[in-house]
Amino acid sequence: MSSNVRFTDFKSDAQPTWCPGCGDFGTMNGMMKALAETGNDPDNTFVVAGIGCSGKIGTYMHSYALHGVHGRALPVGTGVKMANPELEVMVAGGDGDGYSIGAGHFVHAVRRNVDMTYVVMDNRIYGLTKGQFSPTSREDFETSTSPDGTNQQPVNPLALALAAGGTFIAQSFSSDAQRHAEIVQKAIEHDGFGFVNVFSPCVTFNDVDTYDYFRDSLVDLGEEDHDPSDYDAAKDKIMDRDKEYQGVIYQDDSSVGFEQREGIEGPMNDIGDEPPEDMMDLVREFY
Amino acid sequence: MPEDLNWAIGGEAGDGIDSTGKIFAQALSRAGRHVFTSKDFASRIRGGYTAYKIRTSVDRVESVVDRLDILIALTQRTVDENMDELHEGSVIIYDGERTMMSDFEAPEGMIGLDVPLKGLAEEAGGAIVRNIVALGAACEVGDFPIENLDEALQKRFGDKGSSIVDTNKKAARLGAEYVREEYDLDTDYNMETTDEDYVLLNGDEAIGMGALAAGCRFYAGYPITPATDVMQYLVGRIDRYGGKVVQAEDELSAINMALGAARAGARSMTATSGPGIDLMSETFGLIAQTETPLVICDVMRSGPSTGMPTKQEQGDLNMTLYGGHGEIPRFVIAPTTVSECFWKTVEAFNMAEKYQTPVYLVSDLALAVSEQTFSPDTFDMSEVEIDRGNVVDAGGIEDNTNDQGQFTPHAATEDGISPRTFPGVEGGAHMTTGLEHDELGRRTEDTEVRVEQVEKRERKVQTAREREDWSPREFGDPDADTLVVSWGSNEGAIREAMDFLEEDDISIRFLSTPYIFPRADLNEAFEQADDVIVVECNATGQWADVLEHDTLQRVKRINKYTGVRFKADELAQRIKEELGQAAAEEVEAE
Repeated sequence: MSSNVRFTDFKSDAQPTWCPGCGDFGTMNGMMKALAETGNDPDNTFVVAGIGCSGKIGTYMHSYALHGVHGRALPVGTGVKMANPELEVMVAGGDGDGYSIGAGHFVHAVRRNVDMTYVVMDNRIYGLTKGQFSPTSREDFETSTSPDGTNQQPVNPLALALAAGGTFIAQSFSSDAQRHAEIVQKAIEHDGFGFVNVFSPCVTFNDVDTYDYFRDSLVDLGEEDHDPSDYDAAKDKIMDRDKEYQGVIYQDDSSVGFEQREGIEGPMNDIGDEPPEDMMDLVREFY
Repeated sequence: MPEDLNWAIGGEAGDGIDSTGKIFAQALSRAGRHVFTSKDFASRIRGGYTAYKIRTSVDRVESVVDRLDILIALTQRTVDENMDELHEGSVIIYDGERTMMSDFEAPEGMIGLDVPLKGLAEEAGGAIVRNIVALGAACEVGDFPIENLDEALQKRFGDKGSSIVDTNKKAARLGAEYVREEYDLDTDYNMETTDEDYVLLNGDEAIGMGALAAGCRFYAGYPITPATDVMQYLVGRIDRYGGKVVQAEDELSAINMALGAARAGARSMTATSGPGIDLMSETFGLIAQTETPLVICDVMRSGPSTGMPTKQEQGDLNMTLYGGHGEIPRFVIAPTTVSECFWKTVEAFNMAEKYQTPVYLVSDLALAVSEQTFSPDTFDMSEVEIDRGNVVDAGGIEDNTNDQGQFTPHAATEDGISPRTFPGVEGGAHMTTGLEHDELGRRTEDTEVRVEQVEKRERKVQTAREREDWSPREFGDPDADTLVVSWGSNEGAIREAMDFLEEDDISIRFLSTPYIFPRADLNEAFEQADDVIVVECNATGQWADVLEHDTLQRVKRINKYTGVRFKADELAQRIKEELGQAAAEEVEAE
């Protein structure tokens, strides 16, 4: 790890194909800033992403990265972290990736509390497939696959995380650059599963959940004197149907990462070129 | 007098059938006798017919046969289920006091021993040791000195305290005494002991042990019959070497975790059965496209859908060989015996890392649930080599860069094998994607790069074909007119069928093929033979289809898809029928 890493060191020379004005630019910049700020460098960082606009993030960042299949980024990140706890593991996904096809993995990753950071670029729409409703789309939202409005309730990802035993639950807004980077940094520093739902507006397909909407409506908890260690206060914020909040909503400071609880001490890559010396003891167990 | 002895205990699931059978199998193994076990079981926790069968001999035994010599029948149904395998002289041990057995009479020619199992168990210290009383009785019938059970009982019940062990020892002795005193038996059964030391294990355990020997450090899986024992074996044991087992939320998660760990540098594996492979197929292509080394073990059971989860079948060959969208370079390795489950697992890990591909390790239920005895030096660890392939460290990065000094993890090398680096290595940071990519790992739709990368990945398979030894395991007479080809667990039954066939002066050449992919190298063997018979546990002959395609020669097929494995004597009969039919057809043609 070098001490003079700048956030631009995490930038690859690939040209992003996100639409101009896409919220994902800000989301990614904040991730890179937070990584640099926490003393990481590209060679000790592993970024995992799934499919969709959010899935492209690994290409635009410079680090060890894997761009996998739809919705399965969290299990990949879990495997990476378990096999080498010395790596800084960041998983990025979208609302479709994380709360639809990957909803099961989300709940279980939260429950396991592996020490990694999960950033969800939530734009409440399917962008890359050109504008269908997503699991976080509002009820009655009209899209190409819901011309008369959806008849499905949106999922509350923060509530899912809390119910699954989340130890770090936060929300940010990609356009509020400084605050977003700060929140992601706290998620990285958290010892356990750091979950950040980022409002990352889609300028092409979502004309409801816009920059203006979030700018006007989002309440920053930093200004409200919110205590993230207060479970009940966090629950009230998360279940509040009238307001949406920005900030670290819940954090359990006694959290210990799964890999640490499982007693994994170091990278699993050093195995030598012969079997373990005591292998014949394992054979003798079958006497 | 039969040289081998076939013993079984049957009853309802929950009756302790498995543990009683296991105690006896261990006792025999420790007494220097070879053992081959099989289980009949249903997909339920309690109730339903279940049986544990042991074939034992001083000589090596490779399979089961259609014969039962001593049967402990805890229920009437046990006798009904096994009637076909009973013969004149079979001894049936039962408890006439147990209600459901009240009407029981030994069928004609068979010897029924009514032993008050429950009563004697209570005398020994509790009704719970009923099965051990029966086991003692069986030892007396088979002339197997009762002391031989003691160590196995100690191993099984030692943790529960010496009084439990003593109760069991006493129960066994009461059972033996009862038979000795009440019956004047005149059988030829004789389970003599030897000075040999054997280990007794099943295919799943052998795969787990092979994984540890090969340096596997990460395993993620989801429980499924009959693959679960692989995970259960590794849990706890893998930790000794700094590794970990994670029970994932589903198979999709399991294979993706294993993929993540493999990318991070761990030797990594997942195991499942057919339905799980279906779910994993999505990620299977990703593994190949990202050139991640991963061992995926498929312990086949009867399908399709949930099929018969506790029954034998070899129906997944097509899926492992062709499954997944797009064209996926892969290797499919199918162990043929319990000990090969160990060795092929080691090989699978080396193959995966040398060629940076997914490797299917395909076993089947018959291997998974059968325990077999081996001399411990069958697992000679000095023979195990670990080859991690082309891994570069920080010092090697510079030699594997493009003009701009960027690391090229997917370089289109001559042999198709690219440099690999583990995360954390300085200068090696790179993107890996399931999209088509360039030598840097970055997404591309450039037609030239696409072709280059497809050919590069295919070249790895060609390289492997040139570098590896793909020989089948060969048995029998190399000059025989009849060639039998098979894969997976059928090997043992065919080897023993060959002995039966010898008695009728039929000699065959037998090739057991652990490597499943187009085998043009078998052409010569096919051409030499008058008759080629492909034996497999499925309805359509999946391997036969592949071989016909490669060799451009029609083959005969022996298929079994009842859910029950081939038995040696049954197989000998079917081979004879195939050949007899062929002979008859020739006469007709003349």
